[in-house]
Amino acid sequence: MTETALLEFRAVNTHYGAVHILKDVDLAIYPGEMVCLLGGNASGKSTTLKTLLGMVTPTSGEVLLDGEVVNDKPTSYRVTNGVTMVPENRRLFKRLTVKENLELGAYLRDDKEGIEEDLENIYELFPRVKERLSQKSGTLSGGEQQMVAIGRALMSRPRVLLMDEPSMGLAPALVQQNFELIQQIHEEGVAIFMVEQNANMALSIADRGWVLQTGRVVLDDTAEALLSNPELRSSYLGES
Amino acid sequence: MMSTSLAPRKLFDQNWKRIIFWGSICALSQVFICLVGLPAELDRRILIKSTLSLGYLFIIWVPLVFGYVVSKMVELEGIENPKPGPADLLSGAVTGLLGGLGLVILMLGIDNFDLRDPLLNWNPRLFRLLTFENGIGFGSMVWLLSGVGLGTLGAALHQMTSRIRKMIAYATFGLFILAVLEDVIDDLSEGLRLEWLSDMIYDKKGGVTVTSAIVIAVVLALIPMVTRGKIKEKVTQYRSNEEPGDQQRNSIILFALVAVVFLVLPWFLGGIVNELLANVGLFLLLALGLNIVVGLAGLLDLGYVAFFAVGGYTTAVFTSPNSPWFSPETHFGISLLAVVVMATLAGLLIGAPVIRMRGDYLAIVTLGFGEIIRLLFLSDWLKPYLGGSQGITNIPGIDLGPWEVRGADPRSVFYMVLAFCVLAIYVSWRLQGSRLGRAWMAIREDESVAEVMGINTVNSKLMAFVVGAVLASFSGAVLAAKVGSVFPKSFEILVSIIILVVVIVGGMGSITGVMVGSLVLIGILGGPRQPGLLQEFQNYKLLIYGALLVFMMLKRPEGLVPTARRTRELHQEEYLQDAWLGDDDSDQQEEAGERV
Ligand SMILES: Nc1ncnc2c1ncn2[C@@H]1O[C@H](COP(=O)(O)OP(=O)(O)OP(=O)(O)O)[C@@H](O)[C@H]1O
Ligand SMILES: [Mg+2]
Repeated sequence: MTETALLEFRAVNTHYGAVHILKDVDLAIYPGEMVCLLGGNASGKSTTLKTLLGMVTPTSGEVLLDGEVVNDKPTSYRVTNGVTMVPENRRLFKRLTVKENLELGAYLRDDKEGIEEDLENIYELFPRVKERLSQKSGTLSGGEQQMVAIGRALMSRPRVLLMDEPSMGLAPALVQQNFELIQQIHEEGVAIFMVEQNANMALSIADRGWVLQTGRVVLDDTAEALLSNPELRSSYLGES
Repeated sequence: MMSTSLAPRKLFDQNWKRIIFWGSICALSQVFICLVGLPAELDRRILIKSTLSLGYLFIIWVPLVFGYVVSKMVELEGIENPKPGPADLLSGAVTGLLGGLGLVILMLGIDNFDLRDPLLNWNPRLFRLLTFENGIGFGSMVWLLSGVGLGTLGAALHQMTSRIRKMIAYATFGLFILAVLEDVIDDLSEGLRLEWLSDMIYDKKGGVTVTSAIVIAVVLALIPMVTRGKIKEKVTQYRSNEEPGDQQRNSIILFALVAVVFLVLPWFLGGIVNELLANVGLFLLLALGLNIVVGLAGLLDLGYVAFFAVGGYTTAVFTSPNSPWFSPETHFGISLLAVVVMATLAGLLIGAPVIRMRGDYLAIVTLGFGEIIRLLFLSDWLKPYLGGSQGITNIPGIDLGPWEVRGADPRSVFYMVLAFCVLAIYVSWRLQGSRLGRAWMAIREDESVAEVMGINTVNSKLMAFVVGAVLASFSGAVLAAKVGSVFPKSFEILVSIIILVVVIVGGMGSITGVMVGSLVLIGILGGPRQPGLLQEFQNYKLLIYGALLVFMMLKRPEGLVPTARRTRELHQEEYLQDAWLGDDDSDQQEEAGERV
């Protein structure tokens, strides 16, 4: 592809103190794509997302946003330029209302009308959320929290949504619904970068995927190829 | 819906263990209060002429409270409670009796053993007080009977209709406040040439006269009869119906009214009360600043006094001719600029290293920094510059053309402080609704997620530190000009703690709460070195502050005047408390039942 990647890692290494987490990771997310990152526990998936968003600074290598090196740019720069994350476990501001949570998603924006418009869009997408605007978000049900978390992320008008295990902690019935929702957002033109334990489900809707093992990318292929990869099938897809 | 209650318990169907437990605590509390010396010390303060002194009040509220507590039923969902009845009154009575028994034992003890060595207040004075100088027999009788009576009354509170409860509350609290405010009312009526009024209410030797106490109690008790909860209705109606814009306008009008009252009031007040109000204002200024740091941004800063000191010392250095090293003797206005600069620097200097810490660590480190700054001011190293323990004296008043603000004229100080407070209130109010305010709110709730939202957490937190520092330094600056001198002693850690208590008791994050907190705590109990209305409390201030803090944390953690958000957070508990003073019992319980 000759298109510039929306987000890209070039030989990125990160450390927490002396602990080496990501090791020479290369990846690229193109506009409008849906990609997923798989990997076992503590393989560095969340760290990858945090590095993409600028909450963790790489010790070497480059993070690029629209082809520009953004290693030194703060999180706010990336958020303003269309990168947003739905954190692991949704992490709503529990003691704030649903409305306040949504508004904080638009923290960096100044366009009052645009914000209003987006709020309306979110109410349309999630009528349930509209009914509960003044409820403390900590008291919402799991499914509702997921809606608010996604709504909050959409409030920054992202071009790419980084999602850390979006189906974690959701009731099985909701998982399917959640993936449909993600697809729906994707269809509106938002690129999705998803970290998932639920590899089967994630790969069935994604275009491409990577597999991370102790901080190293060990597989990088199309979703279809990964789904039929015997090695992956045995280790992640729960088949023997 | 509330489930229908079971029939009342039989009279002797008591949980004796529970009664003995609370009765012993009641007795121990009373003995503790006596041995701490509160009654003897506070006996000088007469509340009602020849009937009740503050000292006695401190003993007798105990059985009342424990009578109430022991007969309170634990509400559990799905479990029916028996209807309150005579059996509950008996529990209260026995609890009060046990409390009285504690005092009897104390009297016997004082009479027969001498424990004055470890227990300073184990002395004849306390004995005379407890026996009413009439012998142990008489004293025992009084305490046992009053214990029984008050314990029963406490228990009976559960069984009264809320209107009667309200009448009692109005009468007792109103009377208490009237007695406490004696100095203010005396002063005010003198200023308004209404001496006859205060002469009528108060006895010459202090305290409300018995006749007027009765009249006033009756009048106060009639208030709820007349209003019948209409006021509360109106308020809730107002709160729920009004457009946000209208509400904002109304609160602006309200603030303006309060401001006018404060502008006019000092002219009718004498020196003592003006001085008191000025002190309240100085602490309000500090509390507003700390409210931004703790209440809005959620940073528990225990070294806040450092900024107060920076303001005081900067003013001293710039304006006093006695400043040992650098003494430009500028006008207060110019020194104020320097104060802002220094406070900002101090805020950044202390803030930068500690801001990355979270929660408890931040508290501990700021506590240390606060002490370090005080010790620096005290040190020999800085003595040639800042005067060491002798401090800097001879700080002039503030020259404002036709007026001069100086300590000897408390009214002028009050106006100065008022101006700063208005500024601080305005700034806090604007910040609350600003983008920075929202960033603080997010950081307070969840720092990492705030970062995900693109909030620059480090800068936002530093801003909170700096704004808080500047407000505190203003307070320090005015204090320096008012007192005319600064010493390291005036900036001890206690200041930080008392301001924190003011913020917590008033209601974290709530501007009105902080105002009420300062007025009540600093006005009545007094600041760390400043006497309040109840000067007799001087030696017990910390004890009472501490007790109050514990009580608030247990019973009303959102403070006296909470913000809407905090109320929401603690809604359920809040609701149950409200039901206590509610207008219509059944309604309230219905709703509470639905919510639970
Ligand atoms: N702030 C931190 N400080 C130190 N070590 C950290 C920090 N955050 C993560 N780590 C460590 O880095 C490693 C990778 O963590 P990461 O959260 O990226 O894993 P993950 O792939 O998301 O795991 P999981 O699937 O369990 O969420 C882990 O060993 C973890 O303990
Ligand atoms: Mg993870």
